[in-house]
Amino acid sequence: MLRIRNVQKSFGDFQAVIKANLDVEQGEIVAVIGPNGAGKSTLFKLISGYLAPDNGSIIFQDREIAGLAPYRICRLGLGMSFQIVNVFDRLTVFENVQVSVLSHLRRAFDLVTPAGRVAVEQTMEILESVYLANVKDRVSGSLSHGERKALEIAIALGTNPELLILDEPTAGMSPDETFSTIHLLEKLNVSFGLTILFCEHDMELVFSFANRIMVMQQGLSIIQGPPEEVRNNQQVKEAYLGGTR
Amino acid sequence: MVKRLSTRYAKSSALKLLLAFSVVILLLALCPQFLPRFFVYLLALILISGLQATSLNVALGYGGMYQFHHAVFFGIGAYTVSIMLMKTNLPPALSFLAGPMVAALLGFIMGLICVRLSKLYFGMLQLSLGSLVWIVVFRWYSFTGGDDGLHGVPVPSLISSVNGSYYFALITSIVALFMMYVILNSPFGRILQAIRDNPERSEGVGVRVKLHQLVTQVIAAFFAGVAGVLFVTVEGSAFPDLLSWTLSLEFIIMCLLGGWFTFLGPMLGAAIIVSLRTLVGVYTEYWTFALAVILMLLIFFLPEGVLGYFQRFSPVPEHSPAEDK
Repeated sequence: MLRIRNVQKSFGDFQAVIKANLDVEQGEIVAVIGPNGAGKSTLFKLISGYLAPDNGSIIFQDREIAGLAPYRICRLGLGMSFQIVNVFDRLTVFENVQVSVLSHLRRAFDLVTPAGRVAVEQTMEILESVYLANVKDRVSGSLSHGERKALEIAIALGTNPELLILDEPTAGMSPDETFSTIHLLEKLNVSFGLTILFCEHDMELVFSFANRIMVMQQGLSIIQGPPEEVRNNQQVKEAYLGGTR
Repeated sequence: MVKRLSTRYAKSSALKLLLAFSVVILLLALCPQFLPRFFVYLLALILISGLQATSLNVALGYGGMYQFHHAVFFGIGAYTVSIMLMKTNLPPALSFLAGPMVAALLGFIMGLICVRLSKLYFGMLQLSLGSLVWIVVFRWYSFTGGDDGLHGVPVPSLISSVNGSYYFALITSIVALFMMYVILNSPFGRILQAIRDNPERSEGVGVRVKLHQLVTQVIAAFFAGVAGVLFVTVEGSAFPDLLSWTLSLEFIIMCLLGGWFTFLGPMLGAAIIVSLRTLVGVYTEYWTFALAVILMLLIFFLPEGVLGYFQRFSPVPEHSPAEDK
C-alpha cells in the first residue's frame, strides 16, 4: 500500500532523514520507533506532503506522491493526525469533524445549503466511534487533552482514509486515556479495515500493538520486521533498546 | 429526548430571532416617516458602512485574512458606477451591476497575488497594491477626476432623493446581508472558518486553502462594491478618499468594535462609529483622536467586541468563550 524507498531530507546542513525505507501493507498496524531526533516526525511530514523530500520515492496505492500538496495526498486516501494537537479551536467538536467530512464530500464550494443540514449523519457516526458524541456542541478549545487527541483522530477519519498516519497518538495522555486511544485504534483496524502507521515513544505499547515495527536512528531506517525480530536484533539492542532485555 | 428538546429550543429561538429582525426592519422602514431628513441620511450611511464592514469581516473575522485595505473595493465600486452613469449612455441598471462586478474583478486580481502570502505579509501586500490603485485614481484626472473626484453623478431620480436613496440602501443592504449570511453558514463558510483557525490542518483534510481564500476575496470585494454603489446613490459623488487606507482602518475598527467573530458585530460597530463621528464632529475636528481612544479602550476591555462580549451571557453556550475557563 505504502512503499518508501531511499527518502532523504535535509534542512540546510542538518540531515533530518538520510535514508529511510518503509513498507506498509493493507490492513496492517505499523509502528516507527526511534529516539528523539531520529527523523520520525519529518518522515511522516514527508509522507503527508507537508514537506517535500530531496530525494527518493514515496509510492502510495501505486502512485508516486513525493512532493504533492497535502490536500492532494489527503484526497488519495491518506489521513494524518498530528503530534501537536492540531484542531480548529473556535469551532465546536461537531464542526471540527464536519469540516473534514464536507471536504471529503467535495462540498467545499457549496455556497447555499445550510451547513447544519449537510453531512450530519457521517459526522455523528465518527463522533460516536471516538466517544465524543456527548461533547459535540462544546468549543474544541475547551476540551481536555485526551479529548482533543481523540478529536484530532476524528478529524483525520472524516476524510475516510485508507491509511491513517498518527504522529505519537498517545503523547501526554494519562494511562486511562492511552488505553482508550489504543482500544479505539484497534477497533478501527479490526472493524473498518483501516491501515495504521504510527510512531510512538512508549515501547511497551508499540510491541503489544503493532504488527510490524520499523526502527529509525539518526535519519536512517535500521530494520523493519515483526516485534520479535526487532526485539532480538543486535543492532537495535545496541542502538536503541540499550540492553533493557 | 434531549435531542428533541434542543431542536425545539433551537426552533423557538430561531423564531424569536426572526421576529426580532422583522420588527427592526419594520422600524427601519418606517424611520423616514417620523425622523428628520438628516437622521434618515445618517441611517443610510450607517447601513452602507455596516454593509461594507460586514463584507470586510467575511475575509477578516471569518476567513482570518488580514484584509488591511478593504476600502479599495468600496471605492472602486463607487467610481465604476459614477463613471458609467456620467460618461456612458448605458442603462443605469447596468451601471449599478457593474460596480460590484468590477470590484469583484479587482478582488480576484489582487487576491491572486495576495493569497500566496499569509498573515501579516498578506496584509502588507494588500496595503501596497491597494495604495497603487488609490494613486491611479488620485492622479488620473481625465478619467476619475483626480483629487477632485466626481460630483453630481446623475443617479436615477427614483433613488436620488433622501428617502429614495435610504430605501434603496435599506433593501439592498438587507438582501446583501442575507446573501452573506447564507454563504457564511454554508459548507463553504464553515470550511472558511476552519481555515481561519488552522490553515495547515485544513489542507491536511483535503481543502484547497489558497483557492478557498481567493474565492473569499472575490466575495468580500463584490459586497464591498455593492456598498460603494450605495454610497454614490446617497452622496451623489465619488472621491479618492473612498479608497484611502485610513478609511480601511476605520472599517477594521468597526469590525473589532462590534465583534469580529459575530455576524452582526460589524453592523453594530458601524452604527457606533458613524454616530460618534457625527456627534464628535459637531464639537471638534479631531475625530481621529476620539477614534484612537476608542481603539485603545477596545483592545484593553473588549477584545471580542461589543457583541462578542454580550454573547458570553447568551443562553446558548455553543460558541461561548466563557466555557474555556
